[in-house]
This record gives sequence, structure tokens and C-alpha cells, in this order.
Amino acid sequence: MTPLLSVRGITKRYGTHIGCADVSFDLYPGEVMGIVGESGSGKSTLLNCMAGQLVPDAGEVVFDTRANGPQNTVTMSEPERRMLSRTDWAFVHQHACDGLRMGISAGGNVGERLMAVGERHYGDIRGDAKDWLQRVEIDAARVDDRPTTFSGGMQQRLQIARNLVTGPRLVFMDEPTGGLDVSVQARLLDLLRGLVRDMNLSAIIVTHDLAVVRLLADRLMVMKSGRVVEAGLTDQILDDPQHAYSQLLVSSVLQV
Amino acid sequence: MIELNNISKTFTLHNQGAAVIEVLSDVSFSVEPGECVALTGASGAGKSTLMRMIYGNYLARSGEIRIGDVDIVRSEPRTIIALRREVLGYVSQFLRVVPRVPTVNVVSEPLRAVGVSATDAKARAEALLLQLNIPERLWALSPTTFSGGEQQRVNIARSFAHTYPAMLLDEPTASLDATNREVVLQLIEEAKARGTAIIGIFHDKAARARVCDREIDVSQFSPEVAA
Repeated sequence: MTPLLSVRGITKRYGTHIGCADVSFDLYPGEVMGIVGESGSGKSTLLNCMAGQLVPDAGEVVFDTRANGPQNTVTMSEPERRMLSRTDWAFVHQHACDGLRMGISAGGNVGERLMAVGERHYGDIRGDAKDWLQRVEIDAARVDDRPTTFSGGMQQRLQIARNLVTGPRLVFMDEPTGGLDVSVQARLLDLLRGLVRDMNLSAIIVTHDLAVVRLLADRLMVMKSGRVVEAGLTDQILDDPQHAYSQLLVSSVLQV
Repeated sequence: MIELNNISKTFTLHNQGAAVIEVLSDVSFSVEPGECVALTGASGAGKSTLMRMIYGNYLARSGEIRIGDVDIVRSEPRTIIALRREVLGYVSQFLRVVPRVPTVNVVSEPLRAVGVSATDAKARAEALLLQLNIPERLWALSPTTFSGGEQQRVNIARSFAHTYPAMLLDEPTASLDATNREVVLQLIEEAKARGTAIIGIFHDKAARARVCDREIDVSQFSPEVAA
């Protein structure tokens, strides 16, 4: 089977400081991978390098595109990369306001992604938008309301609808449940699990919440000071961590 | 179906003076389809550790663990996940679920994961919940607020929803009353009759005597005895 995403030797420096160094892995269709580590460990830098939002200093990111098979997204042209980010990729930001247009309606937010891939029929776009609002448990009657009138959890679900409406194959998530009320988190996690299964999505989730990765991720990468110190099956790393830092991370979680 | 060759396990506690604890060494045995093997030994002998290694939850230091033709010790995460989805079931002692998901969905999820339709998965889940005496009014609620015994029965229903060719049972009859214990023992007997290879930990001696074909005393694998 061809990996959906193949990352080789990704390195990003900020001056003399290392963002992330020499990260390599393969992600297969339908796999969900978590990246954990303390703040400053380089997990968001890595995510942004993979999603084409930062240019790495070294290494390649090969994505198996729907149209042309495996392509190195680091060296492809900007228009090609932008097209990928509207079709095959989705990016869910920690703060919904970074991933939404707060000045236009909820329906407009979802519809915009559809128009970007060529949809033109107003009725169809509005219909799809309403359908997606319902799939993420937002009342379709709110289709004309702006996201500024939504709660934090609703905004996050709207961001997910906006991202998934074009049927992407790879979703990048940066702390998708961070900053949400725990009860809202649980509902969002259940929603994400269902969507990942039903749409056979692959996902890369950056988080510092080990409970979130246990529930969502099949496999895990633990990062420290820009490097991957341990990688493997999620429950194996959480229950039998091998590296000193992973042991520290797992044993530092407060028991409820 | 399940074959262990020269498995050993140590825990290295890097943050506690790099203490190295040797738990098991040189474990070798195999389980045939339709056979049920009990792991015995005092508390701390390494029964659960061994079982967790077979599930891929703990990493063996050396040796190989074959489930069908997959070596758990050296497999990629996605191979182990596919194996757990289709071949290898595990009844843990505790139920771990996403909060707020209804019990009937928790039980039908393993079937949905192997591609069974939502309707058929729900029907099978409801049949199991009925068989395990979970009152129907609880099916739409999340099991997180259930009693210990109820949670254990939901856990068992979930693990027996899909018919795995290999199963690991960690005290499946603990915290159950006589009626439900009987139901669980019947589920185990049915699985054996289907040809499922089973490894179990049973503190309940009568249950062990009834469903297990042989016993393996795990304390024989402790490094002190071997040395």
C-alpha cells in the first residue's frame, strides 16, 4: 500500500534555534497519528511544515495526491499547494477564529470551500452547507447566523464542517479540543471519531492532552526539543513508555 | 493460533534512578484454535504483563509473539491495529470509553469497525445487552455512570460483539453475580466451540476449571526461578 503521506528528514530552524529536526515517518490511509510533547517541543512547527504553511530547511513531504499520485509538496508550486489545501487537505486550528471567516454567515463559511473547488449552484451549496451543519450537530436554522454569535464549541464544530465539506483525505489538527469546556470536548471527540471512521480520513493531531490521543489516535510520536524521542502504538507508549521523557510525560498526568 | 517464543520483559524506570525490574524471562507456549488456557500464579507474578504483551500493549524486550502469521513484537502500529480489529479481542478489567456515547453504540462499535452495517451492528449489540441483563432503559445512556458490575458486562458485550479468532480475557467473571457469571461462561464456551483460541486470567477457580483446558503457572517464568 502507498503511504498517503511520507515525511523524510524534515528540519526547520529559527536562526540557531531548532524548531524540529530530522523527522521521518509514513502515514497510511485511514490512520490517525498523534504528536505529543511539552510546549516548545516543535510539534506545531512540524505540523505547519507538513501542511505547507512553513517551508522546512531540509527534508521532503511526499503526499499521494488524488490527481497525480505521490508529489513532494515542499518543492511543488504555490498554486498547486493551495489547490491541495482546498481539496485533499484540511486544517483545523486550535482557535476557531483562525480557521473561520468571522464576518460571514455559517453557511457562507462552509460554502466558500465548495466554491473554491468550483461549485457554482447556490441552491446546492446552501443545501450542502445545511447538511454539514447538521452533521456537526449545529441546527440548520442557524445557517445565516455569523460565527460570532456561536459558542466556542459550536465555532469549533463549524470549523470542522468547513474543512470536511470538500471530502479531504488528510486532516491536520492543532489542539482541536484545546480551550474547550470538558463536556464540549467529549462531544467533539466523539464527532471526530465518527467522521474519521465514516470518511476513512487520515489525520495528524497535535495536542498536549494525552487523554485526547488515547481516544483518537492509533499511533503516537513523542517530541522533545524538536526531535522525535519515541514513536509507536498509542496505548503501548502511554502504558509502557520506553524513553525517559515519555515516562516523565505519562507519569506527570494528574489522576482525576 | 497464539504462539510465544522466548519472550522476556523488563521495565526500566528512567526517572527513578534507572531502576531495572526483570519481570519475565524465556516464556514459550502456544494455544490452539478452540483451546482455552488459564494463566495462574500469585499476584505480581506477571500474568497481566504477559497478557498485555500478547495484545501489543506492553513491549516485549526479546522473543516473538505470533498471532496467526503476525509477530506482535516487530509489527508496525497499523498491523497491530488491523489485528486487534479483526483477529484479537481483549476483555480488560476496566471499561474505557468516550464520555457521553450511548451504551448500545459502545457495544456495536467493534462491529462497525469491521464493516458491519449500522442496523445489523445495533441488533447484535442489543441482543448481547439483553443476554447480559443490562436493562433496556440504560441502553441509550453512557456507561460511565453505571455500577462496576454493569460496566464490566458492557465491556464483555462489546468484546464478544465481533467473533474474534483469538481472545484474551482478564478476569471476565470478576464483580459479576451468579446469573451473569453463567452468561459469560456460556459466551466463552460458545467462542471455544467456534474455534477461538483463548488465554484467560481467572481468580474464580470453579470458572477456570469449567472453561479452561489447561493451566500455565506464570511464576515459573520469573527470572529468579530461572536463574
